Amino acid sequence: MKFFNFHLMPYADMDLGEIDRNGSAWVTLSNRHYDPVKGAELYHRYLDEMEFADRLGFDGVVVNEHHQTAYGMMPIPGVLAGALARSVKRAKIAVLGRALPLVNNPLNIAEEYAMIDNLTRGRLIAGFVRGIGAEYHATGINPGDSHARFHEAHDMIIRAWTEPGPFEYAGKHYHVRYVNPWPTPYQKPHPPVWIPSQGSQETIEWAAKMKYVYCQTLSPIAQVARFFAMYRAAAKTLGYEAGPDRLAWSNSMYCAETDEKALREAKPHLEALNNKFLKMPVEMLLPPGYTSFESMKRISAAKLTASQKPRTAEDLIEAGVVIVGSPETCRARLAEYQKLAGFGTVLVKTQFGTLPAELTRKNMEMLATEVFPHFRQDQPKAAAE
Amino acid sequence: MVAPKPSEITVRGCRVNLLRAGQGEPLLYLHGASGGGIWQPFHDKLAERFDVLAPEHPGWGKSDTPDWLDTIGDLAYFYLDFLKQMNLRRVHLVGLSVGGWIAAEIAVRSTERLKSLTLVSAAGLFVKGVPQVDTFLQSDEARLRDFFHDRTLADRLIGQVLSPQLADIALKNRFTTARLIWQPRGYNPHLHKWLHRIDVPTLLIWGASDMLLPPPFGQEYNRLIPGSRLVVLPECGHLPNIEKVDRFVDEIGGFAAGVAA
Repeated sequence: MKFFNFHLMPYADMDLGEIDRNGSAWVTLSNRHYDPVKGAELYHRYLDEMEFADRLGFDGVVVNEHHQTAYGMMPIPGVLAGALARSVKRAKIAVLGRALPLVNNPLNIAEEYAMIDNLTRGRLIAGFVRGIGAEYHATGINPGDSHARFHEAHDMIIRAWTEPGPFEYAGKHYHVRYVNPWPTPYQKPHPPVWIPSQGSQETIEWAAKMKYVYCQTLSPIAQVARFFAMYRAAAKTLGYEAGPDRLAWSNSMYCAETDEKALREAKPHLEALNNKFLKMPVEMLLPPGYTSFESMKRISAAKLTASQKPRTAEDLIEAGVVIVGSPETCRARLAEYQKLAGFGTVLVKTQFGTLPAELTRKNMEMLATEVFPHFRQDQPKAAAE
Repeated sequence: MVAPKPSEITVRGCRVNLLRAGQGEPLLYLHGASGGGIWQPFHDKLAERFDVLAPEHPGWGKSDTPDWLDTIGDLAYFYLDFLKQMNLRRVHLVGLSVGGWIAAEIAVRSTERLKSLTLVSAAGLFVKGVPQVDTFLQSDEARLRDFFHDRTLADRLIGQVLSPQLADIALKNRFTTARLIWQPRGYNPHLHKWLHRIDVPTLLIWGASDMLLPPPFGQEYNRLIPGSRLVVLPECGHLPNIEKVDRFVDEIGGFAAGVAA
């Protein structure tokens, strides 16, 4: 099994009461609450944690993209990937991902990724996402165009990386007279493509069709298992076997000396992530057209309201959204969940919500020394269907 | 009130649901974002004086959602085809909110088949510095409240439970609305350049307490459409056709009667 250190880079100095008063940490939470002196400290602290992950033997470090939110300070993740390109010496650098539909010229992303891939001499993992619904409020891009723009942008980027330029691209949403980016990617034919999603069937089936690595975002493990089974089934229909190397589970793990201590240390910070930084009204999360009409019908308002209800750290542990405990507990849960869901990579948010630097480092160290080595010997097995 | 039987009309392959009733000169009523398809008291009162045609726009209600539907301008061309196919002339064109925007886009393209134009709480223009509620970030309940000056009207609607069929239609209407007006939010940045082309008598009806498109939007249309007249209704929100039915119908009736034959 492979372990990546996934950082959300939250604005951890946020007064959480302000998030409650605003109703969300996204889009409408005034940036007068952002203090650049504290922000600068946090950026450096978080980048240090990424470099620490590299030294501890994590297989990769992960950044991602979100806009106008205290949830994460990474509107341009390539800046941070660039900052890490020379200081992270060994680990892969995964951007999971850039939100393709939000840009007006996808070549910007083809160029940015190619630069990082050159700088790291081929250690980039290229993530492509649509961005969550809030992004469409934040950027003004029409949510109804999200799918179509994603696919056009994806096609243009892959062609830009694999076909000699210049050539012309003419789609419905993108019209580019000269597709001819310099530089081209270091890895051939192009960097590995990973597709993070909240579990949309069309995305899972498309990722399987493209043979891209599918990453499941924070979800209960039973759901994760179902989505991964969906990927394997789609692969089978397409005539191939999808192994664990195609599937990555994005979670949070927190390891301490005892179960009781781990829960006590992690609890307020997990709850800050889940109940404050992730909080948003349905209208913000799912603008019209972001999902298909049929899936919007299936997601009844009642169900959504339920999913937006505050959850305790104990709820999150119980549902297998996160793993928290002693080294022994962490090992047991991870082995159990791996068997259930059949993933080959875990994208671990070792820092979450307001978790401070000392606890983050202690957590990373304990995971790297007491938990991960137990999963290095064997190749991960596919889930028992 | 007897609702007319819905009929269908297919214009260049796009099937739309059409409610039609009444006697007199033709009046084409273009509904707003929340949709048409239901014959309401204001339709009925207008039908005492006009031959009222109330289609559901392509993309709304029981009408088709055609592949070509990307912009409000597409709907303007659709309705020009519609008027031609129905062979309607000397039409009183009335549009509310998003329907008002469509009506304005029709009129800048051609007034050949129009006798008059009435824009009610019309979207379509941008006016700098006028605060507007963002209907896409509101809950259904908050949105309904902001429609009205008289909040008891909103309370009555909030209490209603939609049938599954109407809930589907409400969702479809919302999808299409977002598709057409998300960005720029509710306006065409080029429309203002061409409103001078409107050469039929034009009436503008606005609610004084409209929170979606406050009266300065009516004033801007008034400034840009030659000879237009603006009527601002006191104690009225975004939907004068619901909140001030009699006044709404009288204004349109009086205006149409005053338009030279």
